[in-house]
Amino acid sequence: MASLRLRESQITKIHYLTGILSLFAVAIHILFRLIMPFGQSLSYENVVANYHNIFYVILLESILVLISIHGFNGLRIILIELKQSPKWESTITILVLISMIGVIAYGTRTIVIASGL
Amino acid sequence: MSNEENKKVQLKVYRTNYNKDDSSHYDKFEVPVKRWTTVLDALLHVKSYSDSSVGIRYSCRMASCGSCGMKINGKPSLACYTKISELKDDVIVCEPLPNFPRIRDLVSDFSQFFSHHKNMKPFIQNDKVSVDIDDKSDLVEFEQTHEDVDKYLQFSYCIRCGLCYSACPTVATDPKFPGPQALSQAYRYEADGRDNSKKTRFNIIDERHGIWRCHFAGSCSVVCPKGVDPALGIQLLKGHMLGLSKNNKKISTLRTKNNE
Repeated sequence: MASLRLRESQITKIHYLTGILSLFAVAIHILFRLIMPFGQSLSYENVVANYHNIFYVILLESILVLISIHGFNGLRIILIELKQSPKWESTITILVLISMIGVIAYGTRTIVIASGL
Repeated sequence: MSNEENKKVQLKVYRTNYNKDDSSHYDKFEVPVKRWTTVLDALLHVKSYSDSSVGIRYSCRMASCGSCGMKINGKPSLACYTKISELKDDVIVCEPLPNFPRIRDLVSDFSQFFSHHKNMKPFIQNDKVSVDIDDKSDLVEFEQTHEDVDKYLQFSYCIRCGLCYSACPTVATDPKFPGPQALSQAYRYEADGRDNSKKTRFNIIDERHGIWRCHFAGSCSVVCPKGVDPALGIQLLKGHMLGLSKNNKKISTLRTKNNE
């Protein structure tokens, strides 16, 4: 288990990388809203059509994974600065990991159901 | 000239004794000042003529020892290096340094601060050189160019006064964070060509409460009385650890007396 533990520099690398990549992914997602009138891009038919486009599904999944990793790690950093004890730090890390996996799993389920894969 | 001679300022000094559970309060003193009077001079005047019980720590009076650090008018400063005339205020408020446990009046406890400094192993470590030398002919010296020295020189001017530590917002919330002084010293030895224990030091600072908790507020560099830029050292160190910046560190060559 100890060998699985990442060093803070490795976590920071992942944090920076997911932050930068999610910027690009979200930018593409927003551009998809702008290639047609905004209201039309959010119409039921268009949203369903988007979900049936495999590239768009991959993009949505990427945004979900990237932002979950980046956001939950940010939350972990804020919380471990609040209190200093190994027990608190381990609890926070485990809770944040579980929440992150939960959010990714639930989001993936929504994407899979909507896309009809 | 006569106006200057008669000028007086009010010195508000934070008073408390934590060992006796005294409630904190400010004592006010009228102090005559000249153009060159420093806050330390004013405090020593108070001790000599008004209240000898005011607790302050000082030594060299020339910004070399780093003993007289305190919060002066809201900013961590050295009392011996802060002229009252430069503060441009008739009321000078002296408080103990924030982020340090307090002992009495303006004296704070530096144990934790020095312990962080010590954790960084702030000395040259080189496993190629033996420290147990009996024969003088075995003595070696490192060769360094001026460029090599420039990489770490400003960080070696640190006098461990603790002003950067007291100004750091991360230290305020996380006492396990080593602070700008210790981290800049880690960089100072990391950048030194005579030292080859990069891995040991990186392991020490690459922790949950280590270097990555620095949010680059930069207040450490603003308050440093010696012109050191700890925030720069920390960012350079982060870059080296992430492999983003190239550290062209060349371990200095050894020169023995025999191969001169």
